[in-house]
Amino acid sequence: MSIELEHDISTSGPATVPALEARGLLKHYPGVKALDGVDMVVHQNEVLGLAGENGAGKSTLLKALVGLVKPDAGDIYVRGEKVRLRSVVDAANHGIGMVFQEQSLVPNLTAAENIMLGSEGRGVRGGIYRWDSMREMAQEQLDKIGSHINPLARTDTLSFADRQMVEIAKVLRIEQRSNNAPVIILDEPTSVLESKEIETLFTQVRRLREFASVIFVSHRLDEVLDVCDRVLVLRSGQSVGEVATAHAAPADLHRMMIGSTGSDDHYHGNAFKKSEEQPPPRLTVRGLSGNTFRDFDLDVHEGEIVGIVGVHGSGREDVCRALFGAEPFIAGEVTLDGKKLELSGTRSACAAGVAYVPAERKTEGMVGPMSVADNMTLTKQKSRCSGVLVVPKKQASLVDAWIERLSIRTPHRGTAIQRLSGGNQQKVVLARWLVAGDIRLLLLDHPTRGLDIGARSEVYRLMRELADSGVATVLLADSLEEAIGMSDRIVVMNDGHVTKEVACPTGAKPTPLDLVKEMV
Amino acid sequence: MTTSPAEDVEFIAARPQPRRGVSFRDAGPPIALIVIFCVFAAISSDFRTLANVQNIMDTAAVLAVVTCGITFVLMMGSIDLSSPGVMGAAAIAVALLVANNRNDNDLGLLGIAVAVLLAAGLGCVSGLALVLLKVPSFMTTLGVSAIGLGVATLMFNGVQPNITDQKLATWAVDRFLGFSYLTWIAVGCVLVGWLIQRYSRLGRYAFAIGGAEEVLTLSGVKVAPYKVAVFTLAGAFYGLAGVMVTSQLSAGLVQAGKGFDFAAITAAVVGGTLLTGGRGGILHSAVGVLLVTVLTNGLVQVGVSPYWQGGVQGLIVVAAVAAAVYPQRRRNQVTK
Repeated sequence: MSIELEHDISTSGPATVPALEARGLLKHYPGVKALDGVDMVVHQNEVLGLAGENGAGKSTLLKALVGLVKPDAGDIYVRGEKVRLRSVVDAANHGIGMVFQEQSLVPNLTAAENIMLGSEGRGVRGGIYRWDSMREMAQEQLDKIGSHINPLARTDTLSFADRQMVEIAKVLRIEQRSNNAPVIILDEPTSVLESKEIETLFTQVRRLREFASVIFVSHRLDEVLDVCDRVLVLRSGQSVGEVATAHAAPADLHRMMIGSTGSDDHYHGNAFKKSEEQPPPRLTVRGLSGNTFRDFDLDVHEGEIVGIVGVHGSGREDVCRALFGAEPFIAGEVTLDGKKLELSGTRSACAAGVAYVPAERKTEGMVGPMSVADNMTLTKQKSRCSGVLVVPKKQASLVDAWIERLSIRTPHRGTAIQRLSGGNQQKVVLARWLVAGDIRLLLLDHPTRGLDIGARSEVYRLMRELADSGVATVLLADSLEEAIGMSDRIVVMNDGHVTKEVACPTGAKPTPLDLVKEMV
Repeated sequence: MTTSPAEDVEFIAARPQPRRGVSFRDAGPPIALIVIFCVFAAISSDFRTLANVQNIMDTAAVLAVVTCGITFVLMMGSIDLSSPGVMGAAAIAVALLVANNRNDNDLGLLGIAVAVLLAAGLGCVSGLALVLLKVPSFMTTLGVSAIGLGVATLMFNGVQPNITDQKLATWAVDRFLGFSYLTWIAVGCVLVGWLIQRYSRLGRYAFAIGGAEEVLTLSGVKVAPYKVAVFTLAGAFYGLAGVMVTSQLSAGLVQAGKGFDFAAITAAVVGGTLLTGGRGGILHSAVGVLLVTVLTNGLVQVGVSPYWQGGVQGLIVVAAVAAAVYPQRRRNQVTK
């Protein structure tokens, strides 16, 4: 079943050349096609929205447009002229500038310095600062966007919204470098703003449109529809459609973003069955509150897989880490099998039988240069020791047994884990918790991130096996389909708290769209 | 976002809050200096004499100049351990270039300039090794220190050069407005350093490199030349400090800069310059120098054995760094 929405854009037929155009952009990373022939057109004085799920290729596309990523193939045209962008400066010379997602200002410099950074012009003569000129020129930039920030204020004393204005003022400096009207890229500009500030930003974007083109990226689809003239949807590195925002609803966009993949059970096996007399839940969380989440409640039963879904910034990652004691929380109670869990650190969680597979496998999940065997016995040192000494034989037989049981493909147990494929690395990370025996709660933070389909299904099978053996699992899935396919129940988070709980039994799975409604 | 409840507006607590007003880190060291000074003055009658205050300032002079140099490096987030070698080389060089008992040179001020240039050259080597060979500053400057000591030893050649140049010899003795010339040189260095930090691109960029180097790169700034220039500038300051030591001793010594690397880092950090870069500055460091010197002097005046002082200095630097990083601590933080 394919639902390809190709709204034709009849709203505007610009006669002029597009301000910026990309044709057939291609970028492959090892194992991933980040861009798989993306076409994109930005007209003059237009606000183009860019939508797509995580990993759809948005950031790679943006990076290619400002010269941070060199595409393997494909061309970029500025005002109909083919260009090659080697650096940010190159892009700026062609009038393309980007406001980065992580704010890219030097915090300990003044706003004026940040605005002028790298192209101070008459603000610096012979290496000596003319603070008066600096302030004047910065003020000029700030006036363009109607901001009332004091140019000589230190940047880290400004509010986030003000810092963003400084960034926009800075990006507008590219006008001095190129004769063309600038193309301004805003990458997730609203993610750090409060709702009032977002309104100001939108006013700003509309103002920019008077003399520039804007590419606007946000994971909040209603924002995209609100502020953009047209939206381009990306999915797995391809442009899958364009929508004129005048007649589109968030649901339409989302349907295009997630495409037509059915939400099949990934590995149903013997899915979790609720017995008649329900035993008390293995994990209960009540009123958990921290920096990014609030009043979070959760029950997970033995053998159950509960997926937590939510957009970027929903706080679900922090909840997951808090349950492992890796993130402090201010209030709330966590009990495991009726016993209160003291989560003052990760050790107590480990001791209680909680296992955690972190999202950043390469930096948090494994010690790259260490051997498979050492990685596998990292948490439970006792399993390979006798007294304080490591017994190589003991370790070898234990590790070999698990290598075979999980069919981990490694030349030898002594091979450095970084030389294995991602899927096998992830199996070792999981095995680390299994060698200890007696895990009761398994926290999986994006366990299939960066894995290919084959490796993913092996991880799914392993998850299901563990659930069948009675382990309670909390899953933060990489995609909605994965969450729906694997989970017995799904908890939806938005802005730090639970908005809905959806039963997700085999045969009566909700659709991604049902969940998205609660997520945004 | 229409669906989010209104009470969520103030709930974006995860983002860092803007800094407001003067931070503890900026105000703490000057306050500490005043408090410590008052305490010692109250306890010890020897401490609160004019002669002792002059003594403190004169003692602080060389350290102040070294600290001026190292502050720029620390501001970038790099570290510089080259001062002992660089100072040694400059000290011997100047002793051999002005009127002395080893040769017939009598270059006077020019000799001093050459010695400072030599030191700047050694600093430049540190910087080049950092940006071209990508060797961390910790190692390059350690190496350059050894090179400097080697150069100094070669020039020393077994016979200590005693200076007979009247001008240089009297720098340490003659006084102007109650303080020795060396002290005034140090004050001048602090002033020049502050001007560089405040008004020159070099100083501002050194500050920015420590704040967010990648932003500079994304803004099209080539940072490498600035890094080399900062190390060169630091070398020049060390060179001048080496010359000052020669003036104090009336002789060129290979060990002229011994211990100044750690002392200068201590002073800078105590003054509020972060080792991670981007915070602090010359004036902070000047306060740090006075703090350390007053403390050392005061402990002696109240009768604490000088043998204790090395340990006390070590304690101070660890405590100062701990206080500085305390607000940024978080769970599972990786510290190397």
